[in-house]
Amino acid sequence: MSSEAVVIIVKQHLIDPEVCIRCNTCEETCPVDAITHDGRNYVVDAAKCNACYACISPCPTGSIDHWLPVAKTRPFTLEEQFGWDELPSEDEARRRSAAAANEPGGAGRDDATGASAAGATAALAVATDATVGDDDDAEPPQHNAAVSPSSTRPPWSAAHPYLHLHTLKKPVVATVAGNFRLTAPEAESDVRHIVLDLGTHFLPLLEGQSVGVIPPGVDANGKPHYLRMYSVASPRSGEREGYNNLSLTVKRVVADYDGKPVRGVASNYLCDLQRGDTVQLTGPFGDRFLMPNHAGSNILMVCTGTGSAPMRAMTEYRRRFMVAGKPVGGKLMLFFGARNAQELPYFGPLTKLPPELMDTTFAFSRTPGQPRAYVQDRMRERSRDLVELLRGDTCVYICGLKGMETGVLDALRDACITAGVDWPALHRRLIDEGRFHVETY
Amino acid sequence: MSIDYTSKIPNNVNLGEDRTLQRALEHWLPNYLDWWGDMGPTGSQNFDVYLRTATSTTPDGWAHFGHVKMPDYRWGIFLAAPEADRKINFGEHKGEAAWQEVPGEHRANLRRIIVTQGDTEPASVEQQRHLGKTAPSQYDLRNLFQVNVEEGRHLWAMVYLLHKHFGRDGREEAEALLERRSGDADNPRILGAFNEETPDWLAFFMFTYFTDRDGKFQLNALAESGFDPLARTTKFMLTEEAHHMFVGESGVSRVIQRTCEVMKATGLEDPAELRKHGVIDLPTLQRYLNFHYSVTIDLFGADQSSNAAIFYSSGLKGRYEETKRDDDHLLKGGSYRILDVKDGTLVEREVPMLNALNEVLRDDFIKDSAGGVARWNKVIEKAGLAFRLTLPHKAFNRHIGTFAGLRVSPDGRVLSEAEWAANVDQWLATESDRAYVASLMGRVVDTGRYANWIAPPAIGINKQPVDFEYVRFN
Repeated sequence: MSSEAVVIIVKQHLIDPEVCIRCNTCEETCPVDAITHDGRNYVVDAAKCNACYACISPCPTGSIDHWLPVAKTRPFTLEEQFGWDELPSEDEARRRSAAAANEPGGAGRDDATGASAAGATAALAVATDATVGDDDDAEPPQHNAAVSPSSTRPPWSAAHPYLHLHTLKKPVVATVAGNFRLTAPEAESDVRHIVLDLGTHFLPLLEGQSVGVIPPGVDANGKPHYLRMYSVASPRSGEREGYNNLSLTVKRVVADYDGKPVRGVASNYLCDLQRGDTVQLTGPFGDRFLMPNHAGSNILMVCTGTGSAPMRAMTEYRRRFMVAGKPVGGKLMLFFGARNAQELPYFGPLTKLPPELMDTTFAFSRTPGQPRAYVQDRMRERSRDLVELLRGDTCVYICGLKGMETGVLDALRDACITAGVDWPALHRRLIDEGRFHVETY
Repeated sequence: MSIDYTSKIPNNVNLGEDRTLQRALEHWLPNYLDWWGDMGPTGSQNFDVYLRTATSTTPDGWAHFGHVKMPDYRWGIFLAAPEADRKINFGEHKGEAAWQEVPGEHRANLRRIIVTQGDTEPASVEQQRHLGKTAPSQYDLRNLFQVNVEEGRHLWAMVYLLHKHFGRDGREEAEALLERRSGDADNPRILGAFNEETPDWLAFFMFTYFTDRDGKFQLNALAESGFDPLARTTKFMLTEEAHHMFVGESGVSRVIQRTCEVMKATGLEDPAELRKHGVIDLPTLQRYLNFHYSVTIDLFGADQSSNAAIFYSSGLKGRYEETKRDDDHLLKGGSYRILDVKDGTLVEREVPMLNALNEVLRDDFIKDSAGGVARWNKVIEKAGLAFRLTLPHKAFNRHIGTFAGLRVSPDGRVLSEAEWAANVDQWLATESDRAYVASLMGRVVDTGRYANWIAPPAIGINKQPVDFEYVRFN
């Protein structure tokens, strides 16, 4: 355990045993079976909970809506939760997290290889499997780690999503129709475009929604793997127009934060799939990160790495309208960051999009011989165009590494301030109107 | 001229496509609204109440909060999402596909089950109709009204089944549901506990804790039914029923908390002294508990019942969490230990499991009830006080089954009539207890204020603060 170990703090979903009436509604509602109970308490399994919020509004008491900061590698175990008479305070949780950092085999970042206390092993398995990640980061997408405010509803003209049609107990079986490498052959990272055929199964998906993938087999404890969430990269009309299929953008995880070798369970499973193999899916999930559909609506997209999946879906949806001679009329603007062009998913297809459909700006942080550029740097360079777009009927979508979030928000703020636009007011309005969505990991 | 009721009735049963059903409900709806006007919450017609309305059965669709006038509440018809290829999971039809239509041979029994369940829904609205006049806060008033409108919706759920699946008989039963009256000597509600009065808010909290929990267990048993529409309806009703039990559990808990606060602040334990401080002493609370608990466990029916066996074997009504149980789901050779009276003492006796299914469900209920009582005791314990609430013995104050007419103390001793008469005032709420509690019932209408005898809740509804304007009186 190095002295530089960094404790990653996440918000753990917990139930207040003093307010809970043990009505079983949450356990019944949970689409991923993360909630369980004994004779005393109802508890949430940190390794399974994907923070989908499905249990929040059905809870009659409000006891369900508690989130405590914990060291990610040492969430409160089920046994601890079963023993509670009351919820620990936020201070207690923080003190516990701080203590975890100093324990041998505790909660340091470099502990994310799985050699930890038994109770935390399950949670670790999630942490080490970055299903949508960049090299710089091996965080899971399960938990929206965004720290800045995000709309809690979609824009008004979003199509109505279907939700939770297929659960862990009753997944649908899809067949692999194709598995293509998106990154250049010589590139270090292996990002895949995986096409799944749904046959006659009913799994309607909107751009920005996710599906859950259940990897086959069992984990080190002999328990079945829990599901991993992936944003779909295909538009609602299917990866291939008129076909009942969908696509995912998956990066093969081979290393953790510190570059130590770790094989992500789900991502390696998916990346190794062959045509004709079958995959178990659940979902659809997500009712917020949805695109506007009304004429003249603009979309501003900021993403890194596989955070591009929902952007690809939205872009493709609008592109099909244009090809069909029925353009929606709004502008699309994309800021897309990666280490270099070879590692940027969809780089080729993106560069071929006509400029009248989308205004695309790339940012590369590791191009040899060039200064490192991040998405926020490119946004600052184009702040006048940005403000122009924000003044209009625009929805904003930010998806990718947590590291970019603050920089992107600052860039938006500074662009507005420079142009004399009241950013706090505009920001608030965008959030309230379902037009500002942040998902980071 | 016909009114399009389907636009008024949120539903997920394609109501607009079934003309016969639509016409039937068009006839029933005005009668329902008349009943609500006559027997629903008194004096509430013009209030804007912060209510939860279901608009679909998905997690995000069934809890829409907003201020609505109660006569305009949108009572919807919702069935939980169908389970593909659902099978009957118990009884002689186990393994067969669940019925989407009523099987002829079970028609009478199913109708009886649905009518009995349906009858409890309007009954409790009637029992609680005057409570709005003495609500201890806007928050509590809102909770009462939420319970009321959802009981109304549960009536709709049962009436939908009657109209949709039972033809003319069903329509007549649906009318009769609006004609019986709780406590009416000539035309009472079907079950005893639903003809008792709910005279004050402590009784209301006890009722929602215990009696609505009976609802939970009955609905759970029906949610296992081989008749799929009934299973799906009751499954969704359970989600709402949870709120009712929340009102009960948290209500009693807040009464206890307030009493404990005063006991600690004053150092008093004597009930008579505590009453001078305007709070409900814990022994009185225990007597209310004894009453509501014993009346409620009667609702599960006789401890040995051939009807229960028939309902189970024919796949109409399962056990609580049937599909989570690890047995053959036929129960033919099984046995169950029930309590019996022999030579003036209580003894255990083995009987065939199938005949004891009422007792099985009652025992599940008792276990579940004990959990909440333990949580109430935590509140007392946290205040550093020695008093503990307990559930009385199963045989105490029973009027249905083997123990009917038998005198048994709360700790399970069989008593003579004289012993009973000498002590009953310590065990069941007396006239003077009820009069005292009634004397505390004054209406509190100011936003954020709570009556002296009850603590504010720990948390508001839908994350609203406890001093939110839950009811606008206009």
